[in-house]
Amino acid sequence: MTAAKIATRESYGNALVELYKKHNNIIVLDADLAAATKTGIFKKAVPDRHYDCGIAEANMMGIAAGISTTGLVPFVSTFAMFAAGRAFEQVRNSIGYPHLNVKIGATHAGISVGEDGATHQCNEDIALMRTIPGMVVINPSDDIEARAAVEAAYNYDGPVYMRFGRLAIPIINDKPSYKFEIGKGVVMRAGKDATIIATGLCVGASIEAAEKMAQKGLDVGVINIHTIKPIDKELVIEAAQKTGKIITVEEHSIIGGLGSAVCEVLSENCPTPVLRIGVNDCFGHSGPAVGLLHEFGLDAEGIDKKVSEYLK
Amino acid sequence: MDIIELKKIAKRIRLSTMQMLEKAGTGHPGGALSMVEILVTLYFEKMNIKPHEPNWKYRDRLILSKGHGNPSYYAVLSEKGYFAKEKLSTLRQYGSILQGHPDMNTTPGVDMSTGSLGQGLSIGCGMAIAAHMQHEKFRVYVIVGDGELDEGQNWEALMSAVKYKLDNLTLIVDYNKLQINGSNEDVMGIAPLDKKFAAFNWNVIRINGHDFRDIRNALEMACSTSGRPTVIIADTIKGKGISFMENNPIWHGKIPDRVQFEKIFRELEGDI
Repeated sequence: MTAAKIATRESYGNALVELYKKHNNIIVLDADLAAATKTGIFKKAVPDRHYDCGIAEANMMGIAAGISTTGLVPFVSTFAMFAAGRAFEQVRNSIGYPHLNVKIGATHAGISVGEDGATHQCNEDIALMRTIPGMVVINPSDDIEARAAVEAAYNYDGPVYMRFGRLAIPIINDKPSYKFEIGKGVVMRAGKDATIIATGLCVGASIEAAEKMAQKGLDVGVINIHTIKPIDKELVIEAAQKTGKIITVEEHSIIGGLGSAVCEVLSENCPTPVLRIGVNDCFGHSGPAVGLLHEFGLDAEGIDKKVSEYLK
Repeated sequence: MDIIELKKIAKRIRLSTMQMLEKAGTGHPGGALSMVEILVTLYFEKMNIKPHEPNWKYRDRLILSKGHGNPSYYAVLSEKGYFAKEKLSTLRQYGSILQGHPDMNTTPGVDMSTGSLGQGLSIGCGMAIAAHMQHEKFRVYVIVGDGELDEGQNWEALMSAVKYKLDNLTLIVDYNKLQINGSNEDVMGIAPLDKKFAAFNWNVIRINGHDFRDIRNALEMACSTSGRPTVIIADTIKGKGISFMENNPIWHGKIPDRVQFEKIFRELEGDI
């Protein structure tokens, strides 16, 4: 882990600029949030390929669908709340059903939105998006993974939902051996007593928590599931078989997200006790992002506390 | 094409439409019948297409936003040779290439999957933007029902089409004045449509949607308008061509009984 911190929304904006240098058939759409989603970085670099669709997300999804039918590759950007929430049915029927090659870059996911409060803190997007047949759902854990995800999404033929955050987070995937592959989880740390399966910014926090637990004599492994759909079944089953106890950690509702996806795999293949850590079926509220993550038990301290107790 | 010829085709399409609906036992006759002349003019006269090459890159596109009206659309596509006419009798059945609402991945000639109302115009904007961006000459046609104009997404799309100067986009409103629960004006109130579209800075043309000359001229005017999109408000009759169905909202999604079908086929076959 390095000291530098960067928000994955920023990675998204930067990655789009890099992607355009290699593939000039991309087009970026935004809904009056370019400064926040960081597509403004792309707009500055390639102004004639940036389309501001105004505060009209349903229409923006339709425009993206139409564009994609001609062979161009649209990256549609807004907050997760409006991409997965407001425009759910457009994404389902105009993009998902025809399996169009549209990439959705949804920023400001989860409670780490912070001060804007509950209306803008989307804890439901993974649940919504993964119910759409054929939709790939990616939730990267740092800058390196987010940029790799954008490239992988471009190279994948079909709809992809990418989830990015507002809060600057540490870089954790800086090993030279790091390789991103859609649908392949990454073992961040081996452990014998239990395995934490985490996604997004909770991966870094979970590694820190595992380090804290190691000092107490608990040997807990950490797996990074950046692709929630299709989920890496083999890796999840293997972890359950090896350690017998699984804990999922996500900045998302415990209903329908990573925790549910892991339980679905395990209940059918290798019934294993699972503790789901996440937003516990409640709305968020205003506050500083770091404070909220602490309050909701999604920082290293909170994860350490819950997991240590669970493993007693 | 000769108007007499277009009229003959329209009659065949109406007959096919009702034969399909009789076989399917479910579906939407009223709105399928009101747009027959519009579809026939587009596919047999106006659109630059290659039915033997349905995904030809430079083809004109049509999005049937009012996807429930698809029996007449399928009949037209089949008449153009996109797929065999025998397929028409499989409408809405297991394994059919003719789904209850248009599916671009199973039906040759369908340019976009539609059916959930209010989404077609946005998609048309996207296709038109892509054409402009790639300096391609193809045109994009979107047919919406009047009832689906209740959906707010249409009005978002209307703004974006003007912002992006989509003069390669033509919107056609099948203005038959009726929707499921009754008249447009009783259900929500969409009038005055011409003034609303004009206020959104569209080029507005109003025509008789069953008159081939009117449709032809309006489509021509749309093509020669530059810098902004055109909407053709086509006054039509729901259930057009079948005496007891015309202007009656109950025929939006209802299938006639056996006796009624006999009457329908007497009327339509007598016409041909």
